[in-house]
Amino acid sequence: MPKRNDIKKIMIIGSGPIIIGQAAEFDYAGTQACLALKEEGYEVVLVNSNPATIMTDREIADTVYIEPITLEFVSKILRKERPDALLPTLGGQTGLNMAMELSKTGILEELNVELLGTKLSAIDQAEDRELFKELCESINEPLCASDIATTVEEAINIADKIGYPIIVRPAFTMGGTGGGICDTEEELREIVANGLKLSPVTQCLIEESIAGYKEIEYEVMRDSADNAIVVCNMENFDPVGVHTGDSIVFAPSQTLSDNEYQMLRDASLNIIRALKIEGGCNVQLALDPNSYEYRVIEVNPRVSRSSALASKATGYPIAKMSAKIAIGMTLDEIINPVTNKTYAMFEPALDYVVAKIARFPFDKFENGDRHLGTQMKATGEVMAIGRNIEESLLKAVRSLEIGVFHNEMTEAIEADDEKLYEKMVKTQDDRLFYVSEAIRRGIPIEEIADLTKIDIFFLDKLLYIVEIENQLKVNIFEPELLKTAKKNGFSDREIAKLWNVTPEEVRRRRQENKIIPVYKMVDTCAAEFESSTPYFYSTYEWENESKRSDKEKIIVLGSGPIRIGQGVEFDYATVHCVKAIQALGKEAIVINSNPETVSTDFSISDKLYFEPLTFEDVMNVIDLEEPLGVIVQFGGQTAINLAEPLSKAGVKILGTQVEDLDRAEDRDLFEKALQDLDIPQPPGATATNEEEAVANANKIGYPVLIRPSFVLGGRAMEIINNEKDLRDYMNRAVKASPEHPVLVDSYLQGQECEVDAICDGKEVLLPGIMEHIERAGVHSGDSMAVYPPQNLSQAIIDTIVDYTKRLAIGLNCIGMMNIQFVIYEEQVYVIEVNPRASRTVPFLSKVTNIPMAQLATQMILGENLKDLGYEAGLAPTPDMVHVKAPVFSFTKLAKVDSLLGPEMKSTGEAMGSDVTLEKALYKSFEAAKLHMADYGSVLFTVADEDKEETLALAKDFAEIGYSLVATAGTAAFLKENGLYVREVEKLAGGEDEEGTLVEDIRQGRVQAVVNTMGNTRASLTTATDGFRIRQEAISRGIPLFTSLDTVAAILKVMQSRSFTTKNI
Amino acid sequence: MSKRLLILEDGTIFEGEALGANLDVTGELVFNTGMTGYQESITDQSYNGQILTFTYPIVGNYGVNRDDYESIHPTCKAVVVHEAARRPSNWRMQMSFDEFLKSKNIPGITGVDTRAITKIVREHGTMKASLVQARDEVDHQMSQLQATVLPTNQVETSSTATAYPSPNTGRKVVVVDFGLKHSILRELSKRECNLTVVPYNTSAKEILEMEPDGVMLTNGPGDPTDVPEAIEMIKEVQGKIPIFGICLGHQLFSLANGATTYKMKFGHRGFNHAVREVATGRIDFTSQNHGYAVSSENLPEDLMITHVEINDNSVEGVRHKYFPAFSVQFHPDAAPGPHDASYLFDDFMDLMDNFKK
Repeated sequence: MPKRNDIKKIMIIGSGPIIIGQAAEFDYAGTQACLALKEEGYEVVLVNSNPATIMTDREIADTVYIEPITLEFVSKILRKERPDALLPTLGGQTGLNMAMELSKTGILEELNVELLGTKLSAIDQAEDRELFKELCESINEPLCASDIATTVEEAINIADKIGYPIIVRPAFTMGGTGGGICDTEEELREIVANGLKLSPVTQCLIEESIAGYKEIEYEVMRDSADNAIVVCNMENFDPVGVHTGDSIVFAPSQTLSDNEYQMLRDASLNIIRALKIEGGCNVQLALDPNSYEYRVIEVNPRVSRSSALASKATGYPIAKMSAKIAIGMTLDEIINPVTNKTYAMFEPALDYVVAKIARFPFDKFENGDRHLGTQMKATGEVMAIGRNIEESLLKAVRSLEIGVFHNEMTEAIEADDEKLYEKMVKTQDDRLFYVSEAIRRGIPIEEIADLTKIDIFFLDKLLYIVEIENQLKVNIFEPELLKTAKKNGFSDREIAKLWNVTPEEVRRRRQENKIIPVYKMVDTCAAEFESSTPYFYSTYEWENESKRSDKEKIIVLGSGPIRIGQGVEFDYATVHCVKAIQALGKEAIVINSNPETVSTDFSISDKLYFEPLTFEDVMNVIDLEEPLGVIVQFGGQTAINLAEPLSKAGVKILGTQVEDLDRAEDRDLFEKALQDLDIPQPPGATATNEEEAVANANKIGYPVLIRPSFVLGGRAMEIINNEKDLRDYMNRAVKASPEHPVLVDSYLQGQECEVDAICDGKEVLLPGIMEHIERAGVHSGDSMAVYPPQNLSQAIIDTIVDYTKRLAIGLNCIGMMNIQFVIYEEQVYVIEVNPRASRTVPFLSKVTNIPMAQLATQMILGENLKDLGYEAGLAPTPDMVHVKAPVFSFTKLAKVDSLLGPEMKSTGEAMGSDVTLEKALYKSFEAAKLHMADYGSVLFTVADEDKEETLALAKDFAEIGYSLVATAGTAAFLKENGLYVREVEKLAGGEDEEGTLVEDIRQGRVQAVVNTMGNTRASLTTATDGFRIRQEAISRGIPLFTSLDTVAAILKVMQSRSFTTKNI
Repeated sequence: MSKRLLILEDGTIFEGEALGANLDVTGELVFNTGMTGYQESITDQSYNGQILTFTYPIVGNYGVNRDDYESIHPTCKAVVVHEAARRPSNWRMQMSFDEFLKSKNIPGITGVDTRAITKIVREHGTMKASLVQARDEVDHQMSQLQATVLPTNQVETSSTATAYPSPNTGRKVVVVDFGLKHSILRELSKRECNLTVVPYNTSAKEILEMEPDGVMLTNGPGDPTDVPEAIEMIKEVQGKIPIFGICLGHQLFSLANGATTYKMKFGHRGFNHAVREVATGRIDFTSQNHGYAVSSENLPEDLMITHVEINDNSVEGVRHKYFPAFSVQFHPDAAPGPHDASYLFDDFMDLMDNFKK
């Protein structure tokens, strides 16, 4: 059917801020959808609260609203825009839930807005377990024995019928939030109680466990004419039980015979036809490894993380096709954009193997519970393509950027057998490394298969890798073996280690023996048809398909997997850099390893190399392409870290030069640079051992901010108040050494602000200054930021502008830099300089309307500010106030402390803009889903040093009608000062929660929790109490504040919304 | 491991490692794009005399089992893979891929750039190739290859020599074996058909004497014009008994009604070919294995096109306007491949039942 002409204007809802389970893949999907609809001539209106996305760029949709995705704001936009239709299936669960809510209120009917794509009734049928069960029964598709529980008691009854172990899955939650496997009734009680709370419909599915089954996924599509296809199927390395987002996944399936493949294909198509899906859909299945028995696990009736992966794995753009299906087109009339010859009614044939490995945040959250289950915990993922399992797996492993270059990890090597077995059986994020280690220790793969239920086919691949290692060890420099190792994905670095030579030596020998990679095309059709996709992966084979063009070309390094501290913001900057290069008539080549993002959409760049971001892999591309140079400023720390080795190998780094990058990043050089430029920084020193650290701290004076050098996102950074805590830190948190010194800085508890600057070498442009709401001590990535600044004096602003200019010029910046300042007693200090694009680039670009990354790229390529019409200095500020608020994923991560500090913990951001600060703050809180009830109780439990400040806040809360609740110490202090406070008991380390504040929180008697810990290392009881209180608040979805500055901000909002009620 | 060479008619030589049986062979080089189903493909008699390249890079992952044979004595000449799995895993597995090839006396080569080979075949069309032990006499082997004339009696070598029954309780169907895939028998058996499988050169008279409810023309290898006796047989049987043709059977049925066939550049071998049913617009993904096709030009008035491939618009199915007879180019019996088109066997049942009435 041709596209519909009766609709003209379509609204798309994005997925909002990034959280675990809903990440950059929806920026990719949304961007594709917007562009596809525009391509077909529709007017597109987009709503998304996340500024750090390509989809919220002005060029992507006709009208973009960066507003909270809440009923209040989306309704307002609908009334204003009056679209003909709404497309909700591309914004993840957030988009779907929003559409459901809108539909329930009747506004869609009232405004005559049609819902495109899969019908809401079908979505309900797919997501409501009871309805889905009925459907599956009617079409004879087997589900796990299960029943719905709406109370804990019901759950127990169901479990008794089915038998333990039992799986709990709350309905309508993201990334399986709140689910889990229970072996006992006690565990069941706990998980169900929490699951019911988290489920917006108060439902949990209690389900038969099928642990040990193979987990298989089918990515399917269907159109309104009932054409249905399988885009890709995937097989998990980890058997059922680990969330597929956390599993190692291979595409296509590896151990399924054609019989099994077709049986599950039939089942998947049967289901989407019964659901009448119109667009992309994900079907998860479990297959008994010993029979034809299978179960349908679940269906996601929309594009998902898996569909992004399948799109990148096959080249088939699912989101784009879904958007076209939504406007009535059918698969047999849409041209396959990969071949440009065949139709989209096509099932891709792969002639390579794709491996996906998840990236976990446990390097940041050392205390987090690393066990994997039905709750997704990964923040990002990497993908690698190879011609066999070994190659794609090892390429994926070295793409992870977790300090490994092979399936080998120091912790695993050092583990005793007991730990090794435990790590194999109880799945954690690092199981692959322990399983590999077990094989190295000679444990038979049959035994490992039995223990882990990992298919022996995969284990044999790991065994083969170990066999090659062993051969390499005794056959130094043997060319045939070197070739075998390379064909099986070994890095030069690993081979060098086994040969006890340098990686350069391995590289040299490879080149001597002509063992260099070729690049193969990803074309959806296994070379059956001619294609011209500029999408390549490396392998060691006969024919190279990537032909170097005659155009001048520039390589842009992406930022790899999404992790805390390095999120989608860097992909945004990468994409803009590419656009700017293309605008200057040059060829832009992207290298990246992240399947979720826009930058790895092959239609974005002139050429995409889907490769690990390591020196070797990047260098191989450079050898082939011979670019003018490489741009490293936009790919976060990942790309910056490659600057030095690349430069040493003779590659031209474009923009700021390596020695100047060093001057910003190396502590001593930076200190010297600041001295030379006469710019103050908080006094500090480096220490290489405990005693030195103590001596330095005494000299500087407490409190001190302490952290290892060269880290991203403030990892292992702490504020320390006394010598005892410092000694503890030195023994606990870091292994300081002359190579890895520790930085000890004076901690100035002042106002923080930050600046992104663009420099052409002579002139410096400051698009804007962002003022942080939380004072220094909270990581800048976790702070709320306000633009333009509201509290800075002109003198301070002038100083900041002056320092920025001096730093940019003094550090020979060409391109972009980010500077963090602290203002303490009216004095401006520089805390940190990042000689690259920072995470605030998208936010600031959007609010200032200066395309910062593109402009910086133009500088890098030799243009200057003046010629482009930009005046040096601070750009004029607009009338609106914009607030960026951090968003956290604590609900997904058990045992991770939500207390904010110098370590970054947020996974995403949202933005609120309005004419006043209060309104902008309100929107940013709403967008970040930090909704404060209009009335109720606020619970205070704060550190002694914060009591004075708390008093003022408490007073104001009382003034606007909130009741106050506090624990003994805080309550006494507030009472002394004339406030009415209800006192609740502390936990005091006890197990009994009755009558304590935890019970208060659980019973819903508290509407917000304010909890601070102060800088002094608290007693163990206080620390664990605080932790439990915060956990409770988070799991109940109650607003939690761990910084008084944030409390002051929300108070400001509530005050502005409240009318004064005063007696006469 | 010993080295083997794959020598292409255009002069390209690929060196790899030996797999399967130890013998030198020459045949027509083709490729298959399926990601599963290697056992079914290799045992598919339509690959008679051909050197089969798998585009999916790892073959043999789930081994070979007792159930998935499409013939007992496969006549595929050789196989070309990028990598053969050394440790297959599947609950039905009996033996490894290598063991299987050895047991069926099929040689193979592994460790070669199968994507490059596929591209050569795609660009130059199917060509002759030899798979030989790596020796010093490459020039000699090349000239031998060029001098080789490939046989045209593939159907004869693939078909059963004598008729045999496959009893069941339902409709009586004569299956004319041009190199049949067992899955055709399975589909008919599933529908309780009482089968008699007969050799490819069985005469119309012999068939009519059996008084069947229907005649099934099976798939088979090679050029349909090499089997003129079958064309003659069909001419006489059609109109008297309902006919269903698959693959080669489809081509023979079309030829019998005056259509022409042609050799395709590199054929359709794989199971992601989307086929549209002209009457309804319904699209199915189909399993295919053919190097010849029925020409849509000068199609006789008696035939109507029922199915077309959506990308190259090649003829995928025809129906006789006046007789109860139809045929399809693809394999509704799947194996390997999607089951989307299995409904055609039901159509055949209906056709037989309606004809009786």
